[in-house]
Amino acid sequence: MSEKQEFDSRLQAVLRRVYGEQTALASANRLSGGASQETWLLTLNGTGAPETLILRRAPEGMEATDDSRAIGLPNEAKLIRKAHDAGVAVPEVVHVLEPDEGVGEGFIMSRVEGETIARRILRDDEYAKARENLPAQCGHALAGIHRIDGSDVPRIRESTGLAQVEQYEQTYQEIGVCRPIFDLAIVWLKENAPKPLEPMLVHGDFRLGNIMVDEQGLAAVLDWELAHYGDPREDIGWMCTNSWRFGQSDKRLGGFGDVEPLLEAYAAAGGAEFTPRDIDWWDMLGSMKWGIMCMGMYETFRSGADASVERAAIGRRVSETEMDLVNLLEGQRHA
Amino acid sequence: MHDQPSVSELVQAVKNFVDHSAMPELKGRAAFHARVASNVLATILRDLEAREGNDAGEYERLKALLPGSDGKSREALNEELRCKIRSGELTVESAALMDHLKKTAIEQLKVDQPKYSGLATALED
Repeated sequence: MSEKQEFDSRLQAVLRRVYGEQTALASANRLSGGASQETWLLTLNGTGAPETLILRRAPEGMEATDDSRAIGLPNEAKLIRKAHDAGVAVPEVVHVLEPDEGVGEGFIMSRVEGETIARRILRDDEYAKARENLPAQCGHALAGIHRIDGSDVPRIRESTGLAQVEQYEQTYQEIGVCRPIFDLAIVWLKENAPKPLEPMLVHGDFRLGNIMVDEQGLAAVLDWELAHYGDPREDIGWMCTNSWRFGQSDKRLGGFGDVEPLLEAYAAAGGAEFTPRDIDWWDMLGSMKWGIMCMGMYETFRSGADASVERAAIGRRVSETEMDLVNLLEGQRHA
Repeated sequence: MHDQPSVSELVQAVKNFVDHSAMPELKGRAAFHARVASNVLATILRDLEAREGNDAGEYERLKALLPGSDGKSREALNEELRCKIRSGELTVESAALMDHLKKTAIEQLKVDQPKYSGLATALED
């Protein structure tokens, strides 16, 4: 039996445990993901089982470690279930993989129909209504997310705004390049840090690409691996960061809308009341973080760990965030 | 050394091969990486064209911004600029600093990602 056949047969055994002995795995196809996290589309035959499911897994030896920022797939599954209970649109987790099942670490969830590719969501006519609905829907979803009590989910860390400035500053210094715009942004962020709010559960990567969107708008919030306790404004600011507007700079919220309707829906759903200016600092933090993440990804090429042209090329995207930081810092002069 | 074909011409020839011969034959991840490779080759062409002038302009601006800069290299002056920013001697309130950083970022981005939305924003002002 080939390795893939062995994998499929173990997966079928798991599905039979969940849906009964008449269930058969028709196919398991890898969709995407890096070396440590894979996403698979499963198609099933048999009564009582859905036609398709999604498997998220980390192969053996590739699980998130304790020093990683990622919370790990089993904790992600717990959090998705809690989000569902809090009324947030998420996929349904149907099974969390057990070590003795032999398919690695991860979970199986329902397949939510829709689109994740930002450029299609922002440009295609079929998502025109979705773009109109998304700001308020995102505000509503974030209010739900920020209410989740994650106290019984292990490995969720606390990471406030200022702590993130310091963490990324350290990464920047370790990389050892001299790019004065980042120094100016770091100094500005430290001197202008807003008064911290009581830490609450934040998604940590809330932006186009990580949400499933259908013709009516938000269908599911995905990719919970960077969840942490932090400032609710971080999730709002990250979606406003120019890198995540995918070319549509004039629409501050994700390239599809204004931030005001998000903030209104957020407050109406029980979240705190924020003004657009309250988000400015987090928008700047977002550009600083993404720039230093790009430097870090290029470092994996420079160190020889990843020889791909994609990892080399991403080093030439740091200047995108330098430009955004200059534009934002100019806007903050005399402010 | 002769330069027939020149470095730019050679890079252009490789880009033509990637765009017109290799890419149409590729699928999936390999096609994605071929597109990235083609973009990288375009970046190289812009870099070859612009680097000398951009470096000279940056050097002149740094010398004007930092007193006592005679004989120091561009790299040394950038390090000095970073120190002055870190110490709070130069802040966002310095029009000369912001002008320099903006010009530097624009020139870099014109080479790296000329279609990036933030570039158009900066050029509007």
